[in-house]
Amino acid sequence: MARLGFVFNVERCNGCFSCFLACKDEFTDNEHLPTAAATTEGVNLIKVNEVEYGTGTKVKVDYTHSICQQCSKPACMEKFPEQIYKRPDGIVIIDPVKAKGMQEIVGSCPYGAIVWNEKAQLPQKCTMCAHMLDAGEKVTRCFECCPNQAMLFGDLDDPNSEISIYVKEHAAELELLHPEYGTEPNVYYRHLPKPFICGEVVCGDTDDCCKGAKVTCVCDSCGKKMETETDFLGDFEFRFLPTNEHFTITVEAPGYKPATLKAKTHGSVNLGEIVLEKA
Amino acid sequence: MEKVYTNLTTGGPISVYVEDGKVTRIRPLQVPEEDYPKPWTVVDRYGRKYSPPKAMRIAQNVFAERNRLYSKDRILYPMKRVDWDPNGNRNPQNRGKSGYVRISWDEATTLIANEIKRLIKVNPDGTIDGHKITAITSSHHNWGIVGYKMGPFGRFFGMLGYTPILDNPDSWEGWMWGAPHMWGFYWRLGQPEQFDLLQDAMKHTDMIVFWSNDPDSTHGIYSGQESNIWRVWLKEMGVKCVFIDPYYNYTNAVMDGTWFPVRPGTDTALAAAIAYTWFVDDTYDHDFVERKTIGIEEFRDYIMGKEDGVPKTPEWAAEKTGIPARRIRALAREWASKRVALAGGVRGGEGSACRSAYGTEEARFLIALAAMQGIGKPGVSIWGTTMGAPSDYTWFPGYAEPESQMGKSPVAKYKFALTNPTKQRLYRLTFPDAIINGKDAFIGDGFCGQSIEQQFNKHEYPIEGHVKMFWRYGGSFFGTMTDTNKWARMYQNDGPYALECVINQDCWFSSETKYADIILPACTNLERNDLGEWAVGGGYTTHAQIGNNWRVIVRQMKCVEPLGESKSDYEIFAMVAEKLGMGELYTEGKTEDDWAKAYWELSDLSKRISWEEFCKKGYYIVPVPDDYEEHPAFRWYYEDRDCDTQDYLNPKIKVVNHMNTLEPTEHSKELGTYSGKIEFASESLKKLSPDDDERPPVPHYIPSWEGHETELYKKYPLQIISPHPRFSFHTHYDKHASWLDEIPIHRVQKDGYAYWPVRINPKDADARGIKNGDLVELYNDRGSVICIACVTHRVPPGVMHSYGCSAKYDPVVPVPGATDRGGCVNLLTSGRFLSKNAPGMAPNSCLVECRKWEG
Repeated sequence: MARLGFVFNVERCNGCFSCFLACKDEFTDNEHLPTAAATTEGVNLIKVNEVEYGTGTKVKVDYTHSICQQCSKPACMEKFPEQIYKRPDGIVIIDPVKAKGMQEIVGSCPYGAIVWNEKAQLPQKCTMCAHMLDAGEKVTRCFECCPNQAMLFGDLDDPNSEISIYVKEHAAELELLHPEYGTEPNVYYRHLPKPFICGEVVCGDTDDCCKGAKVTCVCDSCGKKMETETDFLGDFEFRFLPTNEHFTITVEAPGYKPATLKAKTHGSVNLGEIVLEKA
Repeated sequence: MEKVYTNLTTGGPISVYVEDGKVTRIRPLQVPEEDYPKPWTVVDRYGRKYSPPKAMRIAQNVFAERNRLYSKDRILYPMKRVDWDPNGNRNPQNRGKSGYVRISWDEATTLIANEIKRLIKVNPDGTIDGHKITAITSSHHNWGIVGYKMGPFGRFFGMLGYTPILDNPDSWEGWMWGAPHMWGFYWRLGQPEQFDLLQDAMKHTDMIVFWSNDPDSTHGIYSGQESNIWRVWLKEMGVKCVFIDPYYNYTNAVMDGTWFPVRPGTDTALAAAIAYTWFVDDTYDHDFVERKTIGIEEFRDYIMGKEDGVPKTPEWAAEKTGIPARRIRALAREWASKRVALAGGVRGGEGSACRSAYGTEEARFLIALAAMQGIGKPGVSIWGTTMGAPSDYTWFPGYAEPESQMGKSPVAKYKFALTNPTKQRLYRLTFPDAIINGKDAFIGDGFCGQSIEQQFNKHEYPIEGHVKMFWRYGGSFFGTMTDTNKWARMYQNDGPYALECVINQDCWFSSETKYADIILPACTNLERNDLGEWAVGGGYTTHAQIGNNWRVIVRQMKCVEPLGESKSDYEIFAMVAEKLGMGELYTEGKTEDDWAKAYWELSDLSKRISWEEFCKKGYYIVPVPDDYEEHPAFRWYYEDRDCDTQDYLNPKIKVVNHMNTLEPTEHSKELGTYSGKIEFASESLKKLSPDDDERPPVPHYIPSWEGHETELYKKYPLQIISPHPRFSFHTHYDKHASWLDEIPIHRVQKDGYAYWPVRINPKDADARGIKNGDLVELYNDRGSVICIACVTHRVPPGVMHSYGCSAKYDPVVPVPGATDRGGCVNLLTSGRFLSKNAPGMAPNSCLVECRKWEG
């Protein structure tokens, strides 16, 4: 018994699409029965999504992965117990023979991880390269190739595995997608893109960048306080903020009057140039 | 039964899985864990150790290799254009429009041989006068030193005494034509050595300024994604990163660096203002400047405004660059107070900024900045961040080295590439003009690796006479050269100097293939045997294996039979040579495997493992010697010692034992400039071209000839840059590897067509009624290209970004100048050189307008 899972370290991913192409290489026109039929053009079992956020010159770009979450309580399996099963190692398999013609299986996944292969008339999804694991390999194609080591793969139930040690140590930075679905996904994401507030502090009298100003950001509703210092360009940012919250930002630098601003995180907020008046 | 073969690509080594004679999968080279030798280790400033993972990080496009191998674009048999009759009407005006008929190899080689016989004559001394024949390859080729373009191609055409077409250093123009005048390194075509700079940066560098550099996209040229993990380490160690680039590039994004969105064409203004701040604050390395440079006073005079009355203040630069003056000043101050690695391009000096108007000045300004801060002292370097790992330096041939070219190698009996009697030369950038006009004049020998003076060699065409046959070999220039509509005009030209016979030899139908009279199907390196070292082209970039985590030599195995009737390039040339009665002369009785084994034995590595063992295993990973010593690039120079790096083409060190041992000479403390020092005021320019106000002895900011300060800007107010692509390698993978069309940031599918993206700022998009995902026409007086709009903040207002190298040239009608739907933005770019005496291409000085395309 095991519980195979992934960690995607969004912070490290540079959107190279190696994982996307390696997966394509493994499955396109290659059948791997009994766990997978061949995929075809347009059918991708892992997707890489480019997320751009921020405005002006303070943009950020992250990449998130859409992939089967290998849930412990799969919604797809609950709806289609004849066609979908969970292996002892945790991998959820859509039987490529029994599921033939059943396009309705696609909609059973709340994560949208199942794709329809029109040519083969099959619903398909990531199998964690089960056929390779069954042949004695220890890697999936995506995990094998990531040049930034932005992925972890392994048994979440093995306390000595790299992935479970990592999940334990980095719990505060990791997220599961939509835990409210109740399916108990086994794919963790580190530092998914979230709104950030940024700005640029300027010394009003000299028109220089204000280095080393103290900037505080307080969440109005919960009172959580974050502090940082401006860098040599007067730039500062507060990352990984909750959406649709109000914040109060205070900027202080010795010899200058403090500045206070408000921001609401519909999306990311670029406060632009914050010019401090001499005290 | 599944078989596994080893092979090597431009993006790294692979294991190729074959079943029933068909490639089913391609993975990074599979090496059992126990087969990896001990990895190298670097140590950071906190004492933490780093070693590379036991894996081969190939370029992502290589995962689509079998997709490319079996592409529907593969040329499967020889073809002849239906309306080309060598005994009657040749109809050049129909090139690009006519259909083709299949012919046999016998017919094709006979036709070609007859044409060659018609055009050549034998000199009294037995050499062949083939000046009427000309030929050119693309910038890159499928990997493998036996089959590499300079090999069979160089030998065949050298044998025929053809008219060579010189290549321009298309990826690093400004460094080629500018940098040698400041720091030498002409043997590296202007680019700096990069040895041991990874360790240096991990220990000592506080900040990296990436200037016109996106290493996660440009892969250290051939090193795939090996160095990605180094940048992960650097980031997680806390090195501050600043990116100076009109585009918020991919490396910028993953390193979460600070973005300085410099207006295209104004990098030198920004650099000048940084230097100004250092002069005013007096925060530069006086000691180094005094000991190891000359000309600082003349440079200072220019920067401070003594020369032209214009002090190059941050305020002055802000107006040109679009970057606020305070930020320029703050960057300059931080830079002076920290140890900075200037990543001025993927191998140190490269990138779009140097492939722009007056790009020589960009290169020289970057050297100036690094020199003012004491380049060579710990942590201070010009380092692309993609090379500089510890390695083994036992010499092994790379394709650019004479030793591994069958036209020049010591293993060849007749070194035909060295005995070509034809004097005249053509130049890739002006070739279409030379054909259309029947004449050309240019300066420089293209890749000027022999000397600084070589840049000034004058060429005139014709000397012996006009070329009539053009043998085009691999790839497509429509996506990679400038002002590329003129290539179409050239092919279709039916004037007095029209090409009589055009041959195109390629694995795939590319955009240029259908302009040929005869098409020959070549096979890929997966369909023939060869050998090669990962990333190592040799020559101008000595020991490029320092860009990899592992030094890997690969026996490139034939995995499947050549598709259709395709053949290796060597075999094709051998067949034509046979028809000319020169078969034995060409091959010397050697098979491709004979050549491979001969090249293998040139290196001392062959003493460590036998050829048979190597062929059986498929690869040899060369361990880093236990007694490895670090000799960082430029450290010797900073410390006033003899050069102690492995830069074996440096003429000031003595090479013994076949480039395995280097010894100092009395000049080894010097750089390759006239003075031996870094020259803020160039001695070579003062001597060789003193009155060139476009590349003066002291680097200058010169407003771009197609930039925001020109008259044309009123008509075409958008500056477009077209750097090297991220998901393709020149034109090698795009289009032929259809899987890439499913990467939404490579091409975007709309109504059944895969369009090439162009990135546009929301402000510019709004002003033109353009929304994300709209088809747009980019146009200027040179051409018209349809792209799909990506509305993004990653370009500032006034700037557009669309990668060069689209492999799909898809004109709406087959007429030169017609709107291209394939995304060849190169059609929009000017053919004008960097500057009047610097004959490099400048695709990134390009003004366009953009409008929604209604069809």
